[in-house]
Amino acid sequence: MGDKITLQVTRYRPEEESSATVQEYEVPCPKDWVVLDGLNYIKDRLDGSLTYRWSCRMGICGSCGMTVNGEPKLTCETFLSEYGHGPVKVEPLRNFPVIRDLVVEIGDFMRKLVSVKPWIIRNKEKLLSDGEYLQTPDELDEYKQFGMCINCMLCYSACPIYGLEPGFIGPAAIALAQRYNLDSRDEGSAERLEVLSEHDGIWGCTFVGECTEVCPKHVDPAGAIQRYKLTAALDNLKSFVIPKSAR
Amino acid sequence: MSERPAYTEYHPRWLRRQPSTYWWLERRAYLSFITRELSSIFIAWFVVYLLLLVRAVSRGDSSYQEFLAWSRHPVVLVLNVVTLLFVVFHAVTWFKLAPKAMVVHLRGKQLPAALISASNYGAWVAATALVLWLLLGG
Repeated sequence: MGDKITLQVTRYRPEEESSATVQEYEVPCPKDWVVLDGLNYIKDRLDGSLTYRWSCRMGICGSCGMTVNGEPKLTCETFLSEYGHGPVKVEPLRNFPVIRDLVVEIGDFMRKLVSVKPWIIRNKEKLLSDGEYLQTPDELDEYKQFGMCINCMLCYSACPIYGLEPGFIGPAAIALAQRYNLDSRDEGSAERLEVLSEHDGIWGCTFVGECTEVCPKHVDPAGAIQRYKLTAALDNLKSFVIPKSAR
Repeated sequence: MSERPAYTEYHPRWLRRQPSTYWWLERRAYLSFITRELSSIFIAWFVVYLLLLVRAVSRGDSSYQEFLAWSRHPVVLVLNVVTLLFVVFHAVTWFKLAPKAMVVHLRGKQLPAALISASNYGAWVAATALVLWLLLGG
């Protein structure tokens, strides 16, 4: 493997150009360098105008998601050495509008996250003096996986439905709703179902399954959505079969 | 949902990229998904074919013989072979996905995904065996 590798980085400078262009940079590629290291090298040594998001560089903050050689990836855990002699194509996350270079607009995702009420909802809050809401390890395991999401949006980038129908509420938001629905302390699943059983909610998903494949935290949003569909369908069936008073 | 951020009236021109018409060729998983969706057309054909068979049987022996002759026509044969391949593809990919939708708990423990898939395959084999028994031995 050579000492240098070529990064083909997508640039978009709204004040200068109306479409994206590709710029090539040669960066060193030691064995322990990830794509983000390459971008930081460009920013520090070659071209200070390159714009991208990053923060923790250890797969926790979810800021540095980009499209690397066509795959949605966290650039802080994607090693340059995986791509041999290169070149490595670095593009912004797909399915989002681009603000500049590799930075995408995430307002739509943020609004969708809030719309599923991702907090513990109680019909009646306990008094502080009654103590905390207790939970067994088994009850924690029920939802823990869905709570591992770091909002990196790789799943939205991999989801063709979100690309074609931007109204779709999307994988991470639905997985987060499940995280609270499956929490033994929560009583808000009926409220969430109102949002999620709409056309742009769970039924928008046609089960491509790529959200689960690209998730760096193994959250399995596709599984969350399918389980939610089953719950919603059973709920609907119950409303026909069982009288309201007995539900 | 409004796409204009709340913090400022002005924002630079965002670059909006339209997904390509051929997005389903970009990844193998997309192609397999589209093939599974497409398989529904062939499954619908199988249903129509079955209904035609039932109608032919109900109309008596000569009608049934006519139906059999028509089924032997190369076009119908090829169509049915292709349909069978699509149906098998649909069933296999669907059984692979089934554990994601069905999370079964037994005595407080979650059953492994392989067991859910296996039980689906088991039901398939049992149903096939029943049909074969009805056709050949029953």
